[in-house]
Amino acid sequence: MKQQQDPNKAAYTEGISRVDGRLKVTGAAKYSAEYNQGNMAYAVFANSTITKGTIKAIDTKAAERAPGVLKVITYQNAPELPGYQTGKDPSKPPAGGGPLRLFVDNTVKYNGQPVAMVVADSFERATYAASLIKATYAEESFQTDVTKNLDKARRPGGVRTEDYKRGNPDEWKNAEVKFEAEYVVPIEVHNPMELHAIIANWTADDKVEVYAKTQGVKSTQNAIAQAFKLPKENVQVTTKFVGGAFGNALRTWPHETAAVMAAKLVKRPLKLVLTREMQFNSVGYRPHTLQKISIGATKDGKLTGLIHEATGQTSSFEEFTEGTVNMSRFMYACPNVGTIYKVAPTDTNTPTWMRGPGEATGAFALESAIDELAHQLDMDPIELRLRNYAETDPENGKPFSTKFLKEAYEMGADKIGWKNRPSKPGTLKEDGWLVGYGMGSGVFGAHRGSATVKATMQANGTLLLQTAVTDIGVGTGTAMTAIASEAFGIPSERIKFELGDSSLPPSPTQGGSAITATVGSAVHDACLALKEKFQQLIGNGGADQPDYVKVLKDKGLPQLDVTITSSPSSEARKYSSYSYSVHFVQVKVHPATGVTRVTKVVSVADSGKIASPKTARSQIVGGAIGGIGMALMEEGVIDHRYGRYVNADLAGYHVPVHADIPQIDTIFVNKPDFVVDPMGVKGMGEIALIGMSAAVANAIFNATGKRVRELPITPDKLMA
Amino acid sequence: MKQFQYVRPTSQQSVIDALTKPGTKIIAGGSNLVDLMKHGVMSPDKLVDINKLPLRDISSIMGNVRTIAIGALALNSQVAEHAMIKERLPLLSQALNAGASAQLRNMATVGGNLMQRTRCPYFYDTALPCNKRNPGSGCGALEGFNRMHAIFGQSEKCIAVHPSDMAVALAALDATVEVVGKKGRRYIAFKDFHRLPGDHPELDNTLAKDELITNVIVPENNFAKNSYYLKVRDRASYAFALVSAAVALDIDNGRIQDARIAMGGVAHKPWRFYEVEKALKGKPASTETFEQIGELAMQGAKAYKENAFKLKLTPATLVEALKHAARIA
Repeated sequence: MKQQQDPNKAAYTEGISRVDGRLKVTGAAKYSAEYNQGNMAYAVFANSTITKGTIKAIDTKAAERAPGVLKVITYQNAPELPGYQTGKDPSKPPAGGGPLRLFVDNTVKYNGQPVAMVVADSFERATYAASLIKATYAEESFQTDVTKNLDKARRPGGVRTEDYKRGNPDEWKNAEVKFEAEYVVPIEVHNPMELHAIIANWTADDKVEVYAKTQGVKSTQNAIAQAFKLPKENVQVTTKFVGGAFGNALRTWPHETAAVMAAKLVKRPLKLVLTREMQFNSVGYRPHTLQKISIGATKDGKLTGLIHEATGQTSSFEEFTEGTVNMSRFMYACPNVGTIYKVAPTDTNTPTWMRGPGEATGAFALESAIDELAHQLDMDPIELRLRNYAETDPENGKPFSTKFLKEAYEMGADKIGWKNRPSKPGTLKEDGWLVGYGMGSGVFGAHRGSATVKATMQANGTLLLQTAVTDIGVGTGTAMTAIASEAFGIPSERIKFELGDSSLPPSPTQGGSAITATVGSAVHDACLALKEKFQQLIGNGGADQPDYVKVLKDKGLPQLDVTITSSPSSEARKYSSYSYSVHFVQVKVHPATGVTRVTKVVSVADSGKIASPKTARSQIVGGAIGGIGMALMEEGVIDHRYGRYVNADLAGYHVPVHADIPQIDTIFVNKPDFVVDPMGVKGMGEIALIGMSAAVANAIFNATGKRVRELPITPDKLMA
Repeated sequence: MKQFQYVRPTSQQSVIDALTKPGTKIIAGGSNLVDLMKHGVMSPDKLVDINKLPLRDISSIMGNVRTIAIGALALNSQVAEHAMIKERLPLLSQALNAGASAQLRNMATVGGNLMQRTRCPYFYDTALPCNKRNPGSGCGALEGFNRMHAIFGQSEKCIAVHPSDMAVALAALDATVEVVGKKGRRYIAFKDFHRLPGDHPELDNTLAKDELITNVIVPENNFAKNSYYLKVRDRASYAFALVSAAVALDIDNGRIQDARIAMGGVAHKPWRFYEVEKALKGKPASTETFEQIGELAMQGAKAYKENAFKLKLTPATLVEALKHAARIA
């Protein structure tokens, strides 16, 4: 709460360029698969072609005889991992479900599950040998379609997923104006450019170095240490660069544990890179989710009741939950609100958080429904939102630490030219195309956790900051450098931020839009502490910006450092803290062919003070593009007769290409929230995407008068 | 992938000789074949790289009918940007630029484009049934994911579509495929080059095993002023067609003298609409004319669970393309 700085100070408004930009564009940035070791072995999986059952026989002879093959691992010969023995039966994960364990028994739980791993002296030889493995199965009946398994839907455990009730939610049924509709978000797959990769190198019997694609080096270190019952410090995890992840590297997947095990077996460093196909069935996805929104309002647009129900897909062996319905509890001031969240199992691998996670799924439903209600009321959708603007958090009665959503609506409406939006859908035409405008809001908790940063002033005058956080591409290194520059008061060129190494002081896994607030606070606090240490060293009369090189030299010190752990204040608990976004889009829809082109985007973020304007803009642009993909093209398609994906590549699974993306304007409200952290910053990774798919759907409705409630909105759903 | 032999002969004769041995495949740009080999869909014993053959020229040939000959090894990007093609066969240039991505067009050849195989997911996944890849195993798409599939000329054995954009334009332009084999040179009318699946979906075309495509020959025409390639797809670029239309009109004084229409994404081969072409002759080039031919165009169409939208999208796309070609869109 102290250190209130002017948010318009130069470092924040202009901003520095991406500190690792040059490394990335010149190819010098080294990703996990690129840490080649001497005498390295390569692992490739042979995967199940059935969805559920048991392996009757698995013939590995031909693979074992193939050139260059070092080892073929199946459940028949895989060593038991010491950390897997949590119960009597190592194949049984802990009660309540748990991650899949590879090669522990002959069961197959989903199509594409690895049944064997081939290790060879080259990737090509391992790939060929894996193709020679022949498994026969005893197949069992299965269901991969969540819509056919709704009778198995259940309320998951966990506080944030319990049913929620405020007032009498059923009150919507008595309203003057009622609206009810169902919305569907299909399976979506993260599909970052960088494939999942891991290199494992045992340097001693009980010591292993790992280069892994992960969003958290510390959590990967923990998971591997646990599986192999090693002291944590014996597991070194390095992740200097991540080529996108969007959530699919938030956890340590079974293939990673298997690679570490295989490296130990063959006594060589080992590399495993998953195929693109395995990005679909091995490292999570956004679950297929069915939702229903029921709303009631007065004729002048005051909400009187709202119910948001959702059933999301999980796997048969593990429970995955997310905050799909939570936004409906506090986004609008409404006295009577209910939310119900359920999960239904399918014979698939387990979903995982994908950017925005459940909130993005939920916002598609809620923000579409609000637009539908506005149409029914013959009211501008922004006006409807303003009439139900929550000044305090309706879920818990707490004040918002800051909330500038009203300003965000205004700024975005002005920029996109909202006044040009036809109030009657389907009435604006330009060059034979129907034109429409739409908007949708996003919200996500402005979280902050604990992190530790070591700040060292080196003899050459460079300030070195070290912590174990990863940068999955969002610009963490750049934002931290900007925060340090501001806090320490030296130019960014004299600051080096070192990350992605499990031996550095702890930082949390990068996810949930919390890193800038969490690690940024620790950077900020460490910088202030180091400054203070210098002041004490210099004694009375020390200048605010001493010549650090000279001070160290005069005092005969090689360097001066502090290590500071920074945690959220208890004060913060008195407030509700959220980041908000409002996305505005203009679309053109061809009336005959149903082709949609997004022609303008304005995304406004109310996410506190902006630590790094350039990378913040990139993050919003990336989220908006992700949202356009979610709205118009992304869908993982499973042929439920076989339980197998039928579009498991980037030709069949569409993400936007450049030609799909118009100029995207980003606007930052840029007002600090000092409750969340001393810099006043809040996260923006999730809000960049949350609400975007609804904005596009709403614009399409405005253009055509057609309401599509099932994503993605492909041409076939819109043509005449 | 399986280990294979690789040779790079410099003469046509040695290519033809090599092809007589079973398990031998020609490779040019490799933009489809290498992919299929990685997926285990095709596993040749020997690859014959023909890139050293002198088949890259694009030239105008004077004869009874003036033609343009395009070498089989001419790159897709080279043809699309060639000044003579842009001027005289703009439909072909447009279709080429609607296909794949710039990177792929820089590798893919004209001959290879004709030889590319369907992108049906059941064909691509060796764990699923497909009569084209594995005759007798069944058609996975028939009752499966068939959103992208055929509505014309399909059989119960196969409902896959040909993925090429270029071939749709060449079909409309009445091209001829020049091939050379053991028995010498022959010319295959474009409409006879690709096959319908019938009982033998494993056969994509009528090229004999020992034959090599050397040129694609396109007769010059009066369509340059009024032709249009319209591709409807799920994203703005780098996606296969839901449906596409190659339309060429010869308009004089507002009346249609002659018309050529082919569509992609609707059949196992580029689909010509001869009846529609006939019906358009002599009619005014107007929106009214075009909107009337939709029903005729769709005669014999049959859809499946997920591609029923093509019954509407196909005539809609055709009408749009005709309007663009007639410059009334």
